[in-house]
Amino acid sequence: MLDKRMTMEDVVGQLSDGMTIGIGGWGPRRKPMALIRAILRSDLKDLTVVAYGGADVGMLCAAGKVKKLVFAFVSLDTIPLEPWFRKAREAGAIEVLELDEGMFQWGLKAAAFGLPFLPTRVGLGTDLAELGGLKTVQSPYADGETLVAMPALKLDAALIHVNRSDWRGNVHLFGADSYYDEWFAKAAAKTYVSCEELVDRIEDHYPDDAQLNLFERCFVSGVVHMPCGAHPSSMPPAYGWDMKAFKAYADAAREPGDWAAVADRFVGTTEQAYLESIGGKEAVAALPLPIF
Amino acid sequence: MTDVTMTEVTLAELCIFACSEAFRANGEIIATGVGPVPRLAASLAKLTHSPELMMTDGEAYLVEQPVPIGPRGYDERKASGYLPFSRFFDSAVWTGRRHAMVTPTQLDRFGQINLSYLGGTYDKPKTQMLGVRGFPGNTIYHANSFFFPMHTARTFVSGEVDMVSGVGYNPAKRVPGGNYSDVDLRMIVTNLCVMDFGGTDNAIRVVSLHPGVTFEEVQEATGFRLEKGELTETPLPGAQALEIIASLDPHNIRASVIKDNPPARRG
Repeated sequence: MLDKRMTMEDVVGQLSDGMTIGIGGWGPRRKPMALIRAILRSDLKDLTVVAYGGADVGMLCAAGKVKKLVFAFVSLDTIPLEPWFRKAREAGAIEVLELDEGMFQWGLKAAAFGLPFLPTRVGLGTDLAELGGLKTVQSPYADGETLVAMPALKLDAALIHVNRSDWRGNVHLFGADSYYDEWFAKAAAKTYVSCEELVDRIEDHYPDDAQLNLFERCFVSGVVHMPCGAHPSSMPPAYGWDMKAFKAYADAAREPGDWAAVADRFVGTTEQAYLESIGGKEAVAALPLPIF
Repeated sequence: MTDVTMTEVTLAELCIFACSEAFRANGEIIATGVGPVPRLAASLAKLTHSPELMMTDGEAYLVEQPVPIGPRGYDERKASGYLPFSRFFDSAVWTGRRHAMVTPTQLDRFGQINLSYLGGTYDKPKTQMLGVRGFPGNTIYHANSFFFPMHTARTFVSGEVDMVSGVGYNPAKRVPGGNYSDVDLRMIVTNLCVMDFGGTDNAIRVVSLHPGVTFEEVQEATGFRLEKGELTETPLPGAQALEIIASLDPHNIRASVIKDNPPARRG
């Protein structure tokens, strides 16, 4: 059976300019930040990014990697407005497709099932459909209801940070909420997961945890072992978000707010260097889980 | 209640009490309050007149005992159920089993709301805000109410909001053939008054004024014409409600919601 283990650089090597890339997680939670940092260290460009956005989106926008963004929000929770995303938007630097949070996951589901669209009421009565160029369809049944046709959000690749995996791509996702990670995985032609813990045969280590296998290994193309790989976002139950790091990142967006001058602090020349700069694995493990 | 207690009631507490009325007799639905005042209001409703309400701990678990706001131990909640974001649309929003109270950036005479951007265009907004989040779905599927800590014409705009992020009662925005039967805007509570959508063709109407506030003052702070309801005085919370509010907000976060934390009765 295929050994799906690879390095972050291998993952980036399988991506190319102009691709549509989905990023799992939600705002400042469960983001595959190590993989995002690997993209930030690369020459990749002109990406269409599809995400419930947090600092992943902010950093990619700041670094000029994003041609188009598909989003419903971009936020760091207690820092409600993501400052680097905001700068990119107010400069008119990126194209956007703005969606409702529920339509967004509906679009991932359409892609997962190979459908051109899925119908929904959501979007009617707002500016979303007109601004986003979304079309309507009419129910062919007696009700004749007019509905928005939410187009499939087909992804060339999805990046997801999971709690555990084995080398075959059997993943375990746990913590309070896995958001829409399983639908990113199913909407993508290829899904690359980074994981906190890598084991050889997951059934030998965690035989009682099979219900945590939220998407099956046929949806996993690559596995990167990357403890602390969600930092500075949260990865319950292993660690909370790093609000100090988010504040420093947000402060750096203030005038002149030149990403090139500050990127090294938030990306690092290597993942190892980045991890050392934030105090290592012990510091990450000590980050308290956020209270809502 | 003694007069001494009356003078100590803050405007924020009056607003929490007023907002909690929005959740009365809603049945078994998810009560979501976003921000300290709406969240305390939903919790107060559950602990007083409407124990059948359902709510989460703000993360992923349903709780029958509302969790206090602000810093607390991570495990200081007793989960009675599970409602993560990963099934929020399936279970709460798209099934209509929810009432949310939120604070958008703008609201217009049709009840259309905006939290996406101000000024400029879709491609180059002057001021980028959060994005529409779940508002388009919330407003077409379930009940919604609003709280604003500062009632001004910048929030209650003349004309229409800059980016319509939530469905209102604007006939011009309604694509023919769409089903708008679940659009249900309920209550607006501000630092000045309580309003509803009970006017002509769902026009916004002032139903009660906070102690010492006049209708003219409210109209002056609003960018569109308001209708007049009965114009009673918004009631103050009693001792029991105040005690519950204090227990749900042990760090007194509510004191920071309205500028200068004024008393409910103007001095």
